Amino acid sequence: MKSLFKGLNLLDPEQNLNLQADLLIEDGIIKSIGDINQKEIQDCEVFDFTGMYCVPGLFDMHVHLREPGREDEETVQTGCNAAAAGGFTGVACMPNTSPAIDSAEVINLILGKAKNHLVDVFPVGAVTSGRKGEGLAPIFELVEAGAVAFSDDGTVVKTSSILRSAMEYCLMFGSTIIEHCEDESMADGAMNESFTSTQLGLPSIPTIAEDIIVARDILVAEYTGGKIHIAHISSKKSVELVREAKKKGIKVTCEVTPHHFSLNDEYVKNFDTNYKMNPPLRTQADVEAMIEGLKDGTIDCIASDHAPHSIEEKEMEFIYAPNGIIGLETQLALVISELYLKKHLTLPQIVEKLSINPRKILGLNIPKISEGENANLTIFDPAKIWTIDINQFKSKSRNSPFDKKLVTGKSIAVINKGKMYFENSFRLV
Amino acid sequence: MPLSSRHLLGLQGVPKEDIQLILDTATTFREVLERPIKKVPTLQGKTICNLFFENSTRTRLSFELAQKRLSADTINFTKSGSSASKGETFKDTVKNIEAMKVDMIVVRHESSGVPHYLTRISNANIINAGDGRHEHPTQALLDMYSIRERLGKIDGLKVCIVGDIAHSRVALSNIYGLISLGAKVSLCGPATMIPKDIQRLGVTITHNIDEAIANNDVLNVLRIQLERKAGTNIPTLREYHNYFGITSERIKKNNPDVLILHPGPINRGVELSSEVADGPFQIILDQVTNGVAIRMAVLYLLGTRP
Repeated sequence: MKSLFKGLNLLDPEQNLNLQADLLIEDGIIKSIGDINQKEIQDCEVFDFTGMYCVPGLFDMHVHLREPGREDEETVQTGCNAAAAGGFTGVACMPNTSPAIDSAEVINLILGKAKNHLVDVFPVGAVTSGRKGEGLAPIFELVEAGAVAFSDDGTVVKTSSILRSAMEYCLMFGSTIIEHCEDESMADGAMNESFTSTQLGLPSIPTIAEDIIVARDILVAEYTGGKIHIAHISSKKSVELVREAKKKGIKVTCEVTPHHFSLNDEYVKNFDTNYKMNPPLRTQADVEAMIEGLKDGTIDCIASDHAPHSIEEKEMEFIYAPNGIIGLETQLALVISELYLKKHLTLPQIVEKLSINPRKILGLNIPKISEGENANLTIFDPAKIWTIDINQFKSKSRNSPFDKKLVTGKSIAVINKGKMYFENSFRLV
Repeated sequence: MPLSSRHLLGLQGVPKEDIQLILDTATTFREVLERPIKKVPTLQGKTICNLFFENSTRTRLSFELAQKRLSADTINFTKSGSSASKGETFKDTVKNIEAMKVDMIVVRHESSGVPHYLTRISNANIINAGDGRHEHPTQALLDMYSIRERLGKIDGLKVCIVGDIAHSRVALSNIYGLISLGAKVSLCGPATMIPKDIQRLGVTITHNIDEAIANNDVLNVLRIQLERKAGTNIPTLREYHNYFGITSERIKKNNPDVLILHPGPINRGVELSSEVADGPFQIILDQVTNGVAIRMAVLYLLGTRP
């Protein structure tokens, strides 16, 4: 099987590659790069991708695939389809399934379901059994089965003492703890605490609920020498804490979601539950701090926190509705529209934050655009203008606040494991 | 001149003219309530559903009585807690009720924003009878009506809202309405009961109850919710009463002309001493009577709006 891609802008910041060239893939391997004459190659499918960018396959390190337990909201299959449609060749899935990812059996189940899919799925194991915050999950067993990091996401690692144990235990594997930073004693609310929450009369969550745990986790990471990754950072103060910690050489990294760098808490004003998430949308000052953190490298990567919920669950009274939105199929467009077009980040920086850095944090191989390498690629058009339509999503769920939004930038194709997703279908390359 | 909106969701952003129209219309209905036959045929043939997802006695009775005085047909739906936990979603409940051809819905819910959500899933006129800690517009309207009835005006008055502002739905509606009609509004309560950045609404804050009594024409005293977990916002009810409770001694010492309002139900010995609750400074039962007239006015203006 041979496929020739004409006219690509090849962009691979890890190799300082920024080149306009054609790309020949044979049986999933990058065969040659350069000015390739299609007449010289026999039995070859040709794609004219002039002007498109080709980058190492994008990676989303924070998604909820809901399997096992809530297959009515998402499955490994539909979540991977959404990832492929959104331009991602790999995802890390969070352990707040039912049962939680706290045994090799659950990891095997997920990996089994993902095995033949183009998209690589890397499970994140639970830090504590059942994510209850009491005893450590069998981390050794989980690492051996394929867990790439550990998190009690959905909730914080409840006590400092169990966090310390987990971090020390993880030193044996070099694994990162991914923390959902929320001091539960002050987080009983439905939106960010601000002038807006005062006007809306909604119970609110102050930014310090996040900051306190970020500070705690940085201290524990410093003390133990372990690695901490702050999931979905959202407060200005937390970004400052991470910035200072990085200067001291503490092993801390963090991610931000597209909604936290593009929406502020005033969007809650119409009580649409698609604007209800945790951490909640913050103030404009926080939004600007996210962009600043992305620019100066404090924020290492961008992840969607793809959180599918059924319509009947989400369409509810505001205080009862579950938190979260789906994001795999809108993420790239929001990054390009809000960060690239507004000149906050360059395309190479975007590739680092959406492809290279998340894999580095998880200790995964980084795909290279180089002859002889496996083709693990995303091809996207940074100039394509389109309207988000939730009914076109491959995800099983529809909970997105970005429906009908006009955006720029779209994935055209993804390639991995000898397969390509292009124009709504999978084929071999 | 009709109201500018077909719903009454809150007083935030409601034009001054609308508020005045409601208050003036209530004056007419207030007179009806003094007649031997207290019923007018104005809303004959209209069907109104009182959709109460939270316990309420006086607001529900007041609305129901107002509806009956206007000759509307009334149905009541009472349910507490999360709709999902009871097996039917809120939306399905509303759709079912609407299928019975209801013209107006009066809604009370513990979640802020439910009346706003209702406007998206129902075609009925929606009246907010209290949503979460957000708004309770008819309460604020009846408070303003009662102040105006007693003092002849709102414009230029100094009004202080006293108590648990953060967990109150009455406070915000009063703030919006009173400021709109030209009053100077202040708040008095423990710092833990004042929500973030509320000064930006154009109010001032004090934590000294003597000052609040001395410097204002009207005190609108909110109920301290006894069911709230002890020690989270205030140490004890006793301490609250000692430092923020309104007593006749305090009134006599600071401002014997002050007018006391309370939305009820009163906790005697907490926010008000019994002597004040029954005393000459207060108009608490007038508020209850006026509440029926205000709700008649709102129902009438929305129900007959072209």
